[in-house]
Amino acid sequence: MSHSHATRERPLSPHLTIYRPPITMTTSIVHRITGGALYFGTLLVAWWLTAAAGPQDYFEFVNGIFGSWIGQLVLFGYTWALLHHLLGGIRHLIWDTGAGLEKHTASKIAWANVVGSVVLTILVWVVGYMVRGG
Amino acid sequence: MADMRTPLKKVEGLGSARDGTIHFWRQRVTAIASIPLTLLFIGFLIAMNGAGYAEMRAALANPLVALLIALMLISALIHMRIGMQIIIEDYVHGDGGKLALLILNTFFTIIVGVVSLFALAKLAFGV
Repeated sequence: MSHSHATRERPLSPHLTIYRPPITMTTSIVHRITGGALYFGTLLVAWWLTAAAGPQDYFEFVNGIFGSWIGQLVLFGYTWALLHHLLGGIRHLIWDTGAGLEKHTASKIAWANVVGSVVLTILVWVVGYMVRGG
Repeated sequence: MADMRTPLKKVEGLGSARDGTIHFWRQRVTAIASIPLTLLFIGFLIAMNGAGYAEMRAALANPLVALLIALMLISALIHMRIGMQIIIEDYVHGDGGKLALLILNTFFTIIVGVVSLFALAKLAFGV
């Protein structure tokens, strides 16, 4: 086996660091990341239900953590991850029928996924605080 | 020497070919179920925002609320277990690590599910 011809530098295809990802690529990986986050987010649901089923002082303690600024920040992120994954899931179900796969259509749906998740998250929190205030 | 084994012999013992799409299908079914159930859960949380201990317990003890949360949890847990299995299979290549994580995935899902459903049952039956 001769290596003389193979040691020359070969041209490389564009790599992740210099490649501008199309929106469908970004939403694809974000769908997976939000899914992974929601996986561990179920711990918060289990914790919250356990606290409600337990004694009052423990419920108040957990409520205090969820109500703190860091708790609210995590829950805000949780809401966004949930809504992004939910809308992304609808996107996948549409694709499963064979519709919406054309390049520009797919990009538009992906942008709707991003914008929709942010708008709905803010809406949920605004309505949530209005309910609390009223 | 020529291989004298038949194609059938080569695949025997490797498992049934009939469940190849079961994860794909189950992921879609649980996705469809999770959409309305999750939206109802978000609506419930919005409505209950700021509720105290007694009020929250009374709401969670309502059979309709308890059943809908239980259904949401079961659907979401099945969905996420399949999703995490796919993530593990995509990124973990060592057999030992992969097997360990796949087992942990199952344990995690079942523990979260049993703890949550037990809490819901305790609230609903008021013990």
